[in-house]
Amino acid sequence: MKDNKVTNVVIAGLGGQGVLKASDILSRAIFDQGLDLKKSEIHGMSQRGGSVTSDVRFGKKVHSPMVPVGEADFVVVLAPEEVENARRYLRPTGVLITPDAVDGEALSNKRSINVALLGILSRHLEIPESVWRSAIRACLPEKLLEVNENAFTLGRGTS
Amino acid sequence: MNQSQRYLWSGDEAVARAARDAQVAWGVGYPGTPSTEILENLAALGGKARWSPNEKTALEVGLGAAFAGARALVTMKHVGLNVAADPLFTAAYTGVSGALVIVSADDPGMASSQNEQDNRHYAVAAGVPMLEPADSQEAYDFTLAALEISHRWHTPVLLRMTTRVCHSQTIVVPNRRIEPPPPADFQRDIQGRVMIPAYARPAHRRLRKKLTEIEAWNESSGPNEEHKGKPALGIITSGISYAHVAEVAPDASILKLGMTYPLPMERIRLFVGTVQRCVVIEEGDPYLVEAIRAAGIAVEGKPEMYRYGELSVERVRRILAGDTSPEPVPPRGKPPQLCQGCPHRTAFTVLNKLGCIVSGDIGCYTLGVLPPFEAMDTCVCMGASITVGLGLRHTLPAEQARRVVSVIGDSTFMHSGITGLVEMVYNPPPQGHVVLVLDNGTTAMTGLQEHPGTGRMLNHEPTGKVSIEALARSLGITNVRVLDPAADPAGFEEALRQALDAEKLTLLVARRPCLLAAGKIREYEKTAELQRSGCDCQAAGNDQVSAGGATQT
Repeated sequence: MKDNKVTNVVIAGLGGQGVLKASDILSRAIFDQGLDLKKSEIHGMSQRGGSVTSDVRFGKKVHSPMVPVGEADFVVVLAPEEVENARRYLRPTGVLITPDAVDGEALSNKRSINVALLGILSRHLEIPESVWRSAIRACLPEKLLEVNENAFTLGRGTS
Repeated sequence: MNQSQRYLWSGDEAVARAARDAQVAWGVGYPGTPSTEILENLAALGGKARWSPNEKTALEVGLGAAFAGARALVTMKHVGLNVAADPLFTAAYTGVSGALVIVSADDPGMASSQNEQDNRHYAVAAGVPMLEPADSQEAYDFTLAALEISHRWHTPVLLRMTTRVCHSQTIVVPNRRIEPPPPADFQRDIQGRVMIPAYARPAHRRLRKKLTEIEAWNESSGPNEEHKGKPALGIITSGISYAHVAEVAPDASILKLGMTYPLPMERIRLFVGTVQRCVVIEEGDPYLVEAIRAAGIAVEGKPEMYRYGELSVERVRRILAGDTSPEPVPPRGKPPQLCQGCPHRTAFTVLNKLGCIVSGDIGCYTLGVLPPFEAMDTCVCMGASITVGLGLRHTLPAEQARRVVSVIGDSTFMHSGITGLVEMVYNPPPQGHVVLVLDNGTTAMTGLQEHPGTGRMLNHEPTGKVSIEALARSLGITNVRVLDPAADPAGFEEALRQALDAEKLTLLVARRPCLLAAGKIREYEKTAELQRSGCDCQAAGNDQVSAGGATQT
């Protein structure tokens, strides 16, 4: 990461898919790196199965909490039907990570697609794997850890 | 660098932390996006936090606590302050002994609200000082500052937040400290707190004098910051708009106002004098720009098109460039909907089938307006379903009037449906009326909060429980039935049909727990039962827990 460069990540999906949990884990990992960070999303009506996006921005100093359209370095989409909507956030050189990037058959629980896609995102960010793993442990209850740790490994390991 | 720990907090969480650190004696409010998480966090931190039936009752409880010398925090969404406006305006006259901070969480862009009113106007109209945090650090710092200002000038203080400040998580280093509060103690002050005209007239003059003093303080020592940049462009801003401005115009001179009422007008005048072009960037109504212009200071505002919705980096760029070309329309995305299996679905299917004119209300069930149900005809504000329905019944031709049904949720009923029932008994329409309470045992829309009808407090511990049906019967409404539409859709349809034909005053309670809450409700009831039974194991088996009414049919 270059000096003063703010990295923009947008995570998109549908209410109930774990968009906010994914951005919680990402934020925790960034926070533990000692960087400035802002995370923003709209709660409320989005809880009822509607479109949800969560913006995470980090760098030496972050001002606005919202990722401007066309300036996201990474757009991570959890629901296939949300890909077209979310694509507008991406900058021309940005990376789009869609749900078909993970082998669904290899996921022991389909609900952990959010963490599997974070595994893919993790390959692009300069955050040590151990930091990611402790962020996952900090954000998820004990009983969901194993399935999500496996999902992260799947995302981080596959190409 | 200081040694203080850094945290990642939402604005709501930061307010809660500050309230806890300041030993606020009472946190009280009514759930409303985006303010709900403040009191939930305060309770989780071990502070005393309670849901109240509505924002008016909450503010009055907070005012009483502040009369007693304590620190009180009252939280609500922007429209909640309309409900609490009555005590607000006169509390500005009485003032407080301890401290009273009112959080108004505004929702520009209406992420989850029925309007995007700009509550900065309330500070001016009521005459209460107002602070506007721009991020979570300021949410923490300004909550403490608001408590200090409130105590120092014996005035309620408005902490005006917006959705992005409430819900965005940003880094906080909580290194500001505040003196601990004195113990609560009643000091009689009849002329200060009994607002008969003879005492209220001097109270109004005291209020204006206080505001003049606070204005002078804001000029010299208020929480306002000036960033010296190049003189070509100056920007005056506040709250979340500052974050966008700092990103878009890093070289500009910026005056960021933390206290936006009373305004530090001389400081603003000096600032404007140091720059060649000065633009006021604010979300919502042209509040700052009009006040500054009224003081005879020449500044640019934003074009009218940017009054609507939230500001953003893109929109601030456009404002500074004077760009009024049409903005790109964002894709609509998938709208929210009633959950699969939600008990409200049956109710709206039947309402649609029977061709009812539905006077609706605020909550999850407002989604009954969307396809496939399209079973709602009005939705205005909390509690309006009952009374708007009555107005329709009174004036429509008889064959239409007979089809009017008022549909209201359980939490909304507790909030402001009760006076509507009283109106119904007092002024009954010729064809009677039908009120349908959709009782899912929780405040679902805002994230499953308790209310007086659940019999549990904010922290889910048992307390007194208000029965909707007993309340209706006590008012003289004889046609009261409790049903479970999901368990017996045909029976529910028949009951509604009968009610419409009966031409009496009818209250139907459609009772079945929210799918999302049912498991939690069972846990709370189990815990309560164990606590009640204590060591008396025999009692546990046959003792009906008062909080167990959600399964009553």
